[in-house]
Amino acid sequence: MTRAECIHMLYPECADRLVVTIMGACAQELYDLGHRENFFYLQHAMGLASSIGLGLALHLPHERIVVLDGDGSVLMNLGALATVARYRPKNMVQIVFDNGSLLSTGGFDSHTTSGITDLAAIARGAGIEHVAAVDSVVGFGEAVIDALARDDLSLIVAKVAAVGPNHYGMDLQLPENAFRFKRCISERKARAQG
Amino acid sequence: MAVSYENSKIVFQGIKDAGITSVSALPETWLGLLLQRAENDPDITLIQVAKEEEAIGIAAGAYFAGTPHLLLMQNHGFLAAINGIVSLAQLYGIPLCMLIALRGHWGEPYPWHTRGGIVTEGVLRALGIPFEYARDPKIVGRQIREAYTFSQSSLSPVALLLTRDLMEGEA
Repeated sequence: MTRAECIHMLYPECADRLVVTIMGACAQELYDLGHRENFFYLQHAMGLASSIGLGLALHLPHERIVVLDGDGSVLMNLGALATVARYRPKNMVQIVFDNGSLLSTGGFDSHTTSGITDLAAIARGAGIEHVAAVDSVVGFGEAVIDALARDDLSLIVAKVAAVGPNHYGMDLQLPENAFRFKRCISERKARAQG
Repeated sequence: MAVSYENSKIVFQGIKDAGITSVSALPETWLGLLLQRAENDPDITLIQVAKEEEAIGIAAGAYFAGTPHLLLMQNHGFLAAINGIVSLAQLYGIPLCMLIALRGHWGEPYPWHTRGGIVTEGVLRALGIPFEYARDPKIVGRQIREAYTFSQSSLSPVALLLTRDLMEGEA
């Protein structure tokens, strides 16, 4: 299973949700399917995607938040799993693509490569109740359907191959992404309030 | 020396008067009374983090959501949050209004606070983060309001350093 396949499967569900993705391959694969104003690409600051998601989820209870994360990023900020668990936003789903590799920076093995570090177990231990660990496209699809339908914090660890796109680049400056994402949220709020 | 109950109350009122409705924090001795008040205030969402860098992400989320947010941290927490400040807030133009307990400075009796205290101002300058010292309870409310306003207009991190003069008081 590749991350690109998973993101492709997830993409239609992202149309009406606020999506925060980590840097590099994950961001590129989402962007290549078609940028939307409700997507925010965190192109640096590894480990903070779920913290941004938490900030969005707690302050926008009527929005649904999807965080696309990775093993390298989650390992940089394990405490964030505990913080997310503590505040348990019902409207947030965190998907951790675990390719066992720091792919975007040269493909060095991450701590999950050998199978010793189990991110799903860490997430459960942090206090997240609904955690799924999947390694097939079908399993991923089912876990996503469950998580998106569930009115509770959910986390999915998806074991994926350490492969990424053959190109990088976006026609979107970083502050531009932030400005437009914020504007998109305020317009959705205004629409919701009629 | 005990933390000043009266001045903590004044600082908290300053936060309220600035229109802040969301606060992220990592508990710290000087900030303890502020956190208690934030926790008990129905109009404030308090989010406690495991490490201060998380608060930079949470603040970005709150900003995107349109919620006035303030970060409470110790200066060592600020030092621990620098990559988030640089590579999220400054890179993307996201405002941060940080109230930072300035430990390890004039009058500091504890050796473990001193290195962080000595470098805090230099690090703020190196990062281009505008800062002020809050020493006087009579003007701290205005300083908080102005820090928040400036963070929003400059789309930048801004720091108000809470000093010993302000935070320690009644024995």
